[in-house]
Amino acid sequence: MTRHITQPRESATFNRSVIAEIQRAAETGIYDIRGWGAKRSLPHFDDLLFLGASMSRYPLEGYRERCGTDIVLGDRNAKYPLHLDTPVTIAGMSFGALSGRAKEALGRGASEVGTSTTTGDGGMTPEERGQSKNLVYQYLPSRYGMNPDDLRKADAIEIVLGQGAKPGGGGMLLGQKITERVAGMRTLPQGVDQRSASRHPDWTGPDDLTIKIAELREITDWEKPIYVKVGATRTYYDVKLAVHAGADVVVVDGMQGGTAATQEVFIEHVGIPTLAAIPQAVQALQELGVHRKVQLIVSGGIRTGADVAKAMALGADAVAIGTAALIALGDNDPRWQEEYEALGTTAGAYDDFQAGRDPAGITTQDPELQLRFDPVEGGRRLANYLRVLTMEAQTIARACGKAHLQHLEPEDLVAITIEAAAMARVPLAGTSWIPGQPGAGL
Amino acid sequence: MDALTPLELDLSTSTLREVNATLHAPDLDADTVVVRHPAGKHSVAVGLTKPISVTIDGHVGYYAAGMNQAADVVINGNAGVGVAENMMSGSVWVKGSASQSAGATAHGGLLVIEGDAAARCGISMKGVDIVVGGSIGHMSAFMAQAGTLVVRGDAGDALGDSIYEARLYVRGTVASLGADCVAKEMGPEHHEQLAALLKAAGHDDDTHEYTRYGSSRTLYHFHVDNASAY
Repeated sequence: MTRHITQPRESATFNRSVIAEIQRAAETGIYDIRGWGAKRSLPHFDDLLFLGASMSRYPLEGYRERCGTDIVLGDRNAKYPLHLDTPVTIAGMSFGALSGRAKEALGRGASEVGTSTTTGDGGMTPEERGQSKNLVYQYLPSRYGMNPDDLRKADAIEIVLGQGAKPGGGGMLLGQKITERVAGMRTLPQGVDQRSASRHPDWTGPDDLTIKIAELREITDWEKPIYVKVGATRTYYDVKLAVHAGADVVVVDGMQGGTAATQEVFIEHVGIPTLAAIPQAVQALQELGVHRKVQLIVSGGIRTGADVAKAMALGADAVAIGTAALIALGDNDPRWQEEYEALGTTAGAYDDFQAGRDPAGITTQDPELQLRFDPVEGGRRLANYLRVLTMEAQTIARACGKAHLQHLEPEDLVAITIEAAAMARVPLAGTSWIPGQPGAGL
Repeated sequence: MDALTPLELDLSTSTLREVNATLHAPDLDADTVVVRHPAGKHSVAVGLTKPISVTIDGHVGYYAAGMNQAADVVINGNAGVGVAENMMSGSVWVKGSASQSAGATAHGGLLVIEGDAAARCGISMKGVDIVVGGSIGHMSAFMAQAGTLVVRGDAGDALGDSIYEARLYVRGTVASLGADCVAKEMGPEHHEQLAALLKAAGHDDDTHEYTRYGSSRTLYHFHVDNASAY
């Protein structure tokens, strides 16, 4: 007689990580806080493909013909717009979340390839200003370390309304990272669990933002481009309002964009994917007649030159990287595997940036751990990575017959999933079908 | 120019840009400036960096004297939202009343408001001293980090919500205190500090009429037992 053995069956709904989280919550009574961006699977740039040139389009020679990568940001009102050699910029990450040496490395790497880096909550450090040819100064709800002298030292100002990892949420920096220096820069008691406000203290709503932007222009004598950064949610409306308020550049950060510390439930359940946000932003800019005049920077999940090219083909003028930049510096490097295991994780999954025990010495204020990280070597690695991103994007652009990355267009793209086709508003591969668009047939 | 003769700027004939550019000019040859006809304009006399005296003769809109450094600014009228926001040093003296977010995030200097201040007065203040002659609105000193807020009248709801190390002195009633804000004892050093600030603002009140408020510091670290306080 055949014996049938019942195999253990795991629940798709209550899978192992869900069960572990319920157990952790029951044990501790507090929500899970971590860094990084959304880790769930989302429609993304991987779901898009380029239509290389063939009979109807004429490609450029891959290694010979020029494909420009330079961009100008913020030339609508500012006396001194930013001129960058590559459209891949470095997103805002705070001193406090990162060590001073890591901030220095970001400046070194960005400057070597002619792009910009960005401050973060907590003010501008001399390390970063000194090493950054183009430094964007974030103007945040907390105004920690906000100093008009630093505002004047900056090359551009970014008013932060939100970020993709936590649209509608303020910042958080736990006590273990509030060292004497960090506390001093933020005017806080050392060692407190620091909360950053989620709303700006002196304006509410888009009409007030118009007045705030005008004030910042007056203070800096109309010299500097003013960016407005939003976490991707109601992107179409947010971008329209930002432009009306006077933004020179709009930064849209999708939910895959990283954070130094936020509740896991926030990171994974608030905001929309980068892919869904870009066409909304571009539509808003086009309807206002300012596409390419008010530049669009997209961030959240940019990893490769293909991602850069796809974001630009959908209408972005530039992109920003954060998580990828940290990885390029040495974050989650397998050479620290033993230490990652001691922290209960593994190289490639480490995201407890809030804990300040980063074995790679990047997302920490610990004096000993910081010394593991060499800012010169880190800067070199970041510059290498930025060059690869740029060259990869050029490779694709030439194959599509484009003499400049900004010549890429939505017509160069198709989607391989219905979801991506609908979100990115490009046809499903092999069809002319764009779900949700009127009049599109097969 | 004769240092005793004030430089006169007129916003009815000059643009805001022209007035602010003049005040910012490295070769500004005046230590006393009068700005006429502000007519409620926003961002008047923002971003000053020199130790000059500026009198704005009338009512101003948002962000008057914003981010002030070193200058002494007098507003002969009422001020709109965010007067002296993020001031670093110097002083801003409002002869009338001020709208919301007066002295928001200011790191230093002295802000005097002779009349009332609306909601969010001293929000996220980081070292400024503020003296309000009248009363203040709700959510004042929200997340106030450092500095001192003196209120000769009453305070609205949720005073000092999520306050860090700022000191609040209120003479009148407080509609309600925000999370983690409590009344505290007045020691001799507090009476001394309060008297000095009142004097700087032109008052000689009996400091015993005031109550000090500050952080109970119970919410400085995330803890499950405090969840209901937020």
